[in-house]
Amino acid sequence: MAETLPAGLLYSKEHEWVKVDGDLATVGITDYAQSSLGDIVYVELPRKGAELEQFKSIGVVESVKAVSDLFTPVGGEVTEINDAIEGDPAVVNRDPYGAGWLYKVKLGDHSQTGELLNADQYQQVVSES
Amino acid sequence: MSTDVDGILRRTALFDAHLALGGRMVPFGGFDMPVQYAGILKEHDAVRKRAGLFDLSHMGQFELRGASVGEWADALTINKVATMKPGQARYNVFTNERGGAHDDVIFYRLADERWLLVVNAANADKMWAHVGAERSGDVQLTDLRGERALIAIQGPRSVEWLQPFVGVELAPMKYYACAEAAVRGSRTPAVIARTGYTGEDGFELFLPASDAVAVWDTLLSEYRAHGLEPCGLGARDVLRLEAGMPLYGHEMDEEITPLQAGLAWAIKFDKPAFRGKAALEAQRDGGDFSRIAGLSMQGRVPARAGYPVLLDGAPVGEIRSGSWGPSVQKNIATALVSAPAATAGTRLAVEVRGTAHVASVEPLPFYRRPKI
Repeated sequence: MAETLPAGLLYSKEHEWVKVDGDLATVGITDYAQSSLGDIVYVELPRKGAELEQFKSIGVVESVKAVSDLFTPVGGEVTEINDAIEGDPAVVNRDPYGAGWLYKVKLGDHSQTGELLNADQYQQVVSES
Repeated sequence: MSTDVDGILRRTALFDAHLALGGRMVPFGGFDMPVQYAGILKEHDAVRKRAGLFDLSHMGQFELRGASVGEWADALTINKVATMKPGQARYNVFTNERGGAHDDVIFYRLADERWLLVVNAANADKMWAHVGAERSGDVQLTDLRGERALIAIQGPRSVEWLQPFVGVELAPMKYYACAEAAVRGSRTPAVIARTGYTGEDGFELFLPASDAVAVWDTLLSEYRAHGLEPCGLGARDVLRLEAGMPLYGHEMDEEITPLQAGLAWAIKFDKPAFRGKAALEAQRDGGDFSRIAGLSMQGRVPARAGYPVLLDGAPVGEIRSGSWGPSVQKNIATALVSAPAATAGTRLAVEVRGTAHVASVEPLPFYRRPKI
């Protein structure tokens, strides 16, 4: 798990990543998370238009054997969900930082990103887990 | 439950081998066991198409000796024991007075007066106490836990891959046959049985713990390049669920009888007497008992143990096991439901996080291996 983390992302202690682009934030789970979960068979995402509150449980990720809560690293309105996941949940295993992104949020409050970790800080969290 | 006095998880003789293979270790039945190595789907695929190697040394092994073992065990279990011949293995269930299950087990008759009894890891302490308390006649009991390992090779290539290493002809062995024979890498003869818990052909090797690493390493170094995968308990659970095999604590327990678990074939009501017989007869004759049904889910949402099951909006039971079934490419489950809800083809609903999802009752097993 010593792989280098993608540049330009922010992370949560619950192993989600966020990419902020203006008012829009794209959210996914980290490579560490997908690897710990194992083969992902189902992802339950919030609906488009839903209002999310930062760090709250907003869905689940299920591997063959286990159900895990999905927490949102940022709050705001869901503008898009990754439709590819429903038919092919394993895309989250294969490409967690790319094609396996989960949903996009219109950021309500930019100061929330101050609560997140940079790559070095997240690497520290992973090395201690 | 079966951790030692300090609450520390026990380790099998293969613990270091699991770590070296990247096994992800979890507590199971008091042991620190690998739940997966490369991944459950990859390991499952190896067992269905080639073969997988399992460390099952956490399971309890007891040796039974004496001329009266058969009669003694016949009084405590649902299936027939005394009629077994040396070289035969047989599935069985130790029952309580209510017909519930203390444990589901396999008896291996090694010789006229010598048997191996294999019990579930989580029940091993309970079962050792039970057989000890019930001991009678000339029955002698020896607890082999800690001394013995159990390695299983499961999958269609098992005969071909295991044969060069064992001193017994594997191909002629029938399903549920057992023999004592030499295994290369093992100083003492092992019990080799054509048994398993995956729905595939395969063998289980009961051998001294001190020989386990040599046998495990030999098989893996010879065949890993050909697709033999070390497999964890995760893959094992998915394989057994697809094969419709009950797991103690899920499809059967002290309150769920073997009749409810769909094991009527193993209950020998023609035995003159056995523990729980009257209760099981009453349950059978009443007919209206809740029972284990196979469910296949419509859609992608997996059913998990504990989820409520509904028929026409009314609760009729709960999920006992559930998983994605890679061999059948859908989510499968077992549920303990009322008799009317258990009929094949019945449309049920499974409540998942407050939302009802359609499921239909399907005859078990979900998966049957292709016959050659």
